[in-house]
Amino acid sequence: MAKVTGKTGNKLKNKTKTDDTVMNILIVGVGGQGVVLASAILSEVALSAGYDVKKSEVHGMSQRGGVVSSHVRIGQKVHSPLIPNGQADVILAFERAEALRWVHELKPGGYLIVNAQKLVPPIAVDKKYVYPEDALEQLKTKVNNLRVVDAAEISERLGNARLANTVLLGALSNALKIDERIWREVIGRRVPKGTAEANLKAFTTGRSR
Amino acid sequence: MELLENTRLLLSGNEAIAHGAKAAGVRFAAAYPGTPSTEILENFAKFPGVHAQWSPNEKVAFEVGIGASLAGARVIVCMKHVGVNVAADPLMTFAYTGVKGGFVLVSADDPEMHSSQNEQDNRTYAKFARIPMLEPSDSQECYDFVEYALEISERFDTPVLLRCTTRISHSLAPVALREWKDVPITGFEVDIAKYVMMPNWAKPRHQAVLKRLEELRKFTEETPLNRIEWGDRKIGIVTSGVSYQHAKEVMPEASFFKLGFSYPMPVKKLKEFAAQVEKVIVVEELEPFIEEGLKVAGIACEGKKFFPVYGELNPSIVQKGFAAAGLLAEPSMDVASPIQVLPRPPVLCPGCAHRSVFYALRRMGAHVFGDIGCYTLAALPPLEALHTCICMGASVGMATGVSQVQGSKRPVFAVIGDSTFLHSGITALLDAIYNKANVTIIILDNGITAMTGGQNHPATGKTLQGQKAPAVDFIALAKALGADHAETFDPYDFNASWETLKSAVKRPGVNVLVTTRPCMLFPKKLKDVPYQIIAADCNGCGVCLKVGCPAIARSGEVTDKGLAIPVIDDSQCTGCKLCADLCPVDCILLKSDLGKHTVVA
Repeated sequence: MAKVTGKTGNKLKNKTKTDDTVMNILIVGVGGQGVVLASAILSEVALSAGYDVKKSEVHGMSQRGGVVSSHVRIGQKVHSPLIPNGQADVILAFERAEALRWVHELKPGGYLIVNAQKLVPPIAVDKKYVYPEDALEQLKTKVNNLRVVDAAEISERLGNARLANTVLLGALSNALKIDERIWREVIGRRVPKGTAEANLKAFTTGRSR
Repeated sequence: MELLENTRLLLSGNEAIAHGAKAAGVRFAAAYPGTPSTEILENFAKFPGVHAQWSPNEKVAFEVGIGASLAGARVIVCMKHVGVNVAADPLMTFAYTGVKGGFVLVSADDPEMHSSQNEQDNRTYAKFARIPMLEPSDSQECYDFVEYALEISERFDTPVLLRCTTRISHSLAPVALREWKDVPITGFEVDIAKYVMMPNWAKPRHQAVLKRLEELRKFTEETPLNRIEWGDRKIGIVTSGVSYQHAKEVMPEASFFKLGFSYPMPVKKLKEFAAQVEKVIVVEELEPFIEEGLKVAGIACEGKKFFPVYGELNPSIVQKGFAAAGLLAEPSMDVASPIQVLPRPPVLCPGCAHRSVFYALRRMGAHVFGDIGCYTLAALPPLEALHTCICMGASVGMATGVSQVQGSKRPVFAVIGDSTFLHSGITALLDAIYNKANVTIIILDNGITAMTGGQNHPATGKTLQGQKAPAVDFIALAKALGADHAETFDPYDFNASWETLKSAVKRPGVNVLVTTRPCMLFPKKLKDVPYQIIAADCNGCGVCLKVGCPAIARSGEVTDKGLAIPVIDDSQCTGCKLCADLCPVDCILLKSDLGKHTVVA
């Protein structure tokens, strides 16, 4: 995947004291997928890298299969915890139909990383509600900087389906100019004991693709 | 306040309140769980040397907190906005008696109703009870304001309202921590004129409240919590809470009056501010609380003319408001419009024991009076088997009311969760029994407060801090109150459940039925051997699809007659067997039994 070379990406890399640019990352998915933990790790990475950071999401329904979205904002000084409409620099979608639901929040020229996974909601047993089977094709027509990651396939190849989220964080790390060592340090600290090595490998795999 | 070096943590507003309370020497905290307030107590409970407890409801939590305060301990009591309604009775009079140890009521409001039944603005309570209010704007302020609030509480002898909102409570931001302070507990001392609110003593205490308010009006002019940030003097923005952050982002050049201590407001300071700017704009979520305060004080300003009086704000809405006020260019129109994607409403979990009860109630054509909890989701398709939801405990009273006027020709049920029943269903049950209603109350006992993330309560046998506790026996309780009939039933046995519900409808008087299966998520995730559909035997009737189980979906294959054959997702199926019980051709079998099944090709 191409590195972020747009205005925002460069600014995030070459921050100065007076720089008021804020990097907006929207992480979306389905309750139970691990969106909240992923955005917590990203936020810690940003804090460790010396940035101000705010993260916001709504709890409550997150474990019951509803739509989950987490706003992460990184910069020298971040005021609002919420990303303004249509101003996400990067969207990381844990599920393809959710990518479609949120793609309008992407800035022109922004990056969309989408997990190839498909989760059809129970409501689709009613024929009124149709799952967008062509979600990836639709996304291709809308987003220039689209990266599809088959995290399930990659993590299974790595030997553990639970590594899928770390694969996705690896892919996300590519879109942000934050030192890889900081990512590795935070992931090593945040994942369950005994799984650090496997998770770091998953991170490297996600990052290298 | 000693600052600890290198202890900058990313904390949610709720976590920051918990840390701030510990640092400020709070020894006692009580709450009833409620989004977005729950994590305050969950985090505070982990600190050494503190007592933290879930109370059955907010009123009790508040009253226990009063006791601890009058004993001289520093106290926080936490609840969601609607919880303050429950605690309003002691609040209004505790405002008269005043405190001994500092007392902070944390109200976590939910503009936008992300997880609530209304979006009332609890700043109104500060004015109603005439108590001071602090409004933090980020996690660091949550942390710092707890100690300020406690000091104000002790200095002015008053409970203090610390008012948060979802976007403060549930946003993470860096927080610098201080060392923990030790505040000793001084003990209860008799002071009849202060603590016995009979008319002869309450009257002078009301005068004391009014005098205190005058002192607070002076204090609010001086406190650093209310600060001016001078910028361009064409626009002066008065704001508080998270609205400050949105406005600061959208109007970085403007002059700001940031209210951290927002009741009573610093009227003099605000007048001076207004005099030095061309135009005063108030940015606040929900009610025009600040705006009306300014207008009463004779300060010309505009606010709700440009910003909505409902829902939460965000930078885009604030930008539109300033554009409408002619102070900013219209937001650019090249924002893409959303693509219509099928909805993904939250659902009852696979294996949730509530599902079979609602499936049965729907099949029975019952009128179902619902309550607050996961099971409120049964109102949504495909179950659509819950017909009301007002507030904690209302199900029982409402079903009773319908029965008292014979207002339904259908079977009438109240459904209420275990934690909600203990919160405020018991008195309603007593009412039904006392007034001889004909009603059936189902206590959906899954052994936990599930909706808010799995908290203990008086029937779980465990306290917030992990100690063993007596567990309420619902059947014994119902019988002790005088219920005509009380029994348990296993919701995983659909046919037996159906019979239990049917016979309850025929039985006059008050029936109490209690389910017996635990929550699938809390205290631990449960999963048993999954079931599987024998596609060759399936007649495509679709009954199993209509229970709304996330583990069951269309397989894409069809029967000879072209009807969809469903498939069960192994990884999600918990083996509850509701679908197998309902299948008319018995083609849903336990996966471990499949070897024994002869597939007829």
